[in-house]
Amino acid sequence: MNKIMDKRIGIAVLVILSIIFPLLFDNKYIIHVMSLAFIYIIAIYGMNLLAGFTGYLSLAHAGFFAIGAYSLGVFTTKYEMTFWVSFVAAIVFTTVVGAIIGLIALRTKEHFFAIYTLIVGYLIYLLIDKWDVMTGGVRGLIGIPVPTAIGPIEFKSGLSMYYLILFFLLLSTLLITRIVHSLTGRTFIAIRNSEELAQTIGINTMTNKLVSFIISIFFAALAGALYASFVRFLGPDIANLPMVFDFLMYLIVGGLGTLSGPIVGTLLIVWLSQFLQGLQEYRMLLFGPILTLIVIFYPAGIVGAYRTIKMKLKHKKDLDNNNPVDKKVSNTNHEQSQIKEG
Amino acid sequence: MEHFIQQLVNGITLGSVYILMGIGLTLVFGILHIPNFAHGALYMLGGYVTLMMMTSVGVHYLIALVVSIFVVGFIAVLMERAVFHPLRKAPPIHDKIAAIGMMLFFEAFVLLVWGTEYQRMPTPYGNSIKIDAITITAQRILIIAVSIIVVALLYWFLKKTMIGASIIAMAQNREGAYLVGINANMVAMMTFFISGALAAIAAGLASPINLVFPAMGHLVIMKAFIIVIIGGMGSIPGAIFGGFLLGITESLGATYISSDYKDLIAFFLLVVIMTWKPTGLFAKGAH
Repeated sequence: MNKIMDKRIGIAVLVILSIIFPLLFDNKYIIHVMSLAFIYIIAIYGMNLLAGFTGYLSLAHAGFFAIGAYSLGVFTTKYEMTFWVSFVAAIVFTTVVGAIIGLIALRTKEHFFAIYTLIVGYLIYLLIDKWDVMTGGVRGLIGIPVPTAIGPIEFKSGLSMYYLILFFLLLSTLLITRIVHSLTGRTFIAIRNSEELAQTIGINTMTNKLVSFIISIFFAALAGALYASFVRFLGPDIANLPMVFDFLMYLIVGGLGTLSGPIVGTLLIVWLSQFLQGLQEYRMLLFGPILTLIVIFYPAGIVGAYRTIKMKLKHKKDLDNNNPVDKKVSNTNHEQSQIKEG
Repeated sequence: MEHFIQQLVNGITLGSVYILMGIGLTLVFGILHIPNFAHGALYMLGGYVTLMMMTSVGVHYLIALVVSIFVVGFIAVLMERAVFHPLRKAPPIHDKIAAIGMMLFFEAFVLLVWGTEYQRMPTPYGNSIKIDAITITAQRILIIAVSIIVVALLYWFLKKTMIGASIIAMAQNREGAYLVGINANMVAMMTFFISGALAAIAAGLASPINLVFPAMGHLVIMKAFIIVIIGGMGSIPGAIFGGFLLGITESLGATYISSDYKDLIAFFLLVVIMTWKPTGLFAKGAH
């Protein structure tokens, strides 16, 4: 009980911090970077649901992020639809495309799925790059409008965009948490742990995998649409390989299959990259080995490592006290956190 | 007609490079069950090592090629020892991510040392040969000839030598191979060495007709994956078939459909095949 209270307070503090963040750092640049990081976190949440909880690593995620961004761009600039209509249309369109691709991609398993999605992602990049008439090709797409005002709230300043993005981030976090803790989420974890076993106990794995895939694409699309309306310029590079790997890195460093992992990983790497600005092009010299080492030694990322260390300390303390009652409590705690980790 | 044959020859050249890459990839997958996403980085390193041997050290093209075979082969063995070996019992998602991490590292490394510029690799075999109405550069003939020789040598090695036999044994049945006392570590290192060496040969051969640059591995690795999937993961004859199919389709597609979309053709081919047969055309059993 105490633990739940702690967690709630922690989350409340984080939310309040993110709300007053612009007041603490009254600097346009910092707010800009933070908004961008928030957008990525939304996309990473989608990726995490599929890779971390269902066990299917999709390397087409940046591709879908780009489809979401580009469809918003194309709807608003080429078809001159109003902003919020395009926003919803972009997400729906991307999710439908994702559902169709998922239907095909999910027939493959493990390695084949990763390779297939890698190639689909690259196909999306090539399409965006070559389809000049629609996407502007290498020159990119410019002139995407800012979100139109909702009632009295306008989105012309960076600050108002920050709050808009924060709103969607909080919504996404809430949604993902609900999904993961629901029966559907548990089903995903069952599939990740053993697909055969899940099938044996009567889970329709194909349907569940598809649901997971579609939700994952939905978040990529949402993030993409937000990105387009925030940056207001799109180039084909957002669908290219380095973007996928950036996403993957945010996720792995934070913690694959954990709820706070995407936030920790993305914020850490985004800010670290800012400090190492001079290294921008060579940052992978540092991050590549980090990624590899984390996968070898801490497969569940920073969040996972933190949990393991905490659990070990607790276990040690209990052993020192040698108190049977405490031990029992700690055991159930142990089990609970294991379930949470999945 | 001449035009068609000319393109066919170009397609076979292209296919030969893909085959060398594909066989390396398929061996590692078939024997160790690792889809090595860093294979493209090995290819890129092969290009750079060959180029640097020629320009900085100033040795002959063929000697540079041999040096690069050993350097890249050694890097591949190192990769296996340092990364894939510790991960051999991890869930399948992990070795893919680790491979991607290494790929990023190698690319950034090359970027730091040699910069982003596209570099041209000189070749002593630049002169062209005319057969009837078809002109082929000697380099293209070299690519095809060397590929055939290398594949034949590899085939001989796998079928006729003891080490080759133990590699095959491990591919067929891991537990059985352990039972008869095959040294799994040795086989794993050997497999990675061969795969790295093949990538180095492919890069050294293809660089004079393409260029050398940090992202040169991207498209090639994707295409190698495509041919390996078309041919069924783990099958060498499948990789050979897939390589020629892809090379020729691409070459003809570039001429008769659109050169802008030639890369898309390859990817589209794969999407169609995967949609129709999710395990590839020649897959044996469940990998």
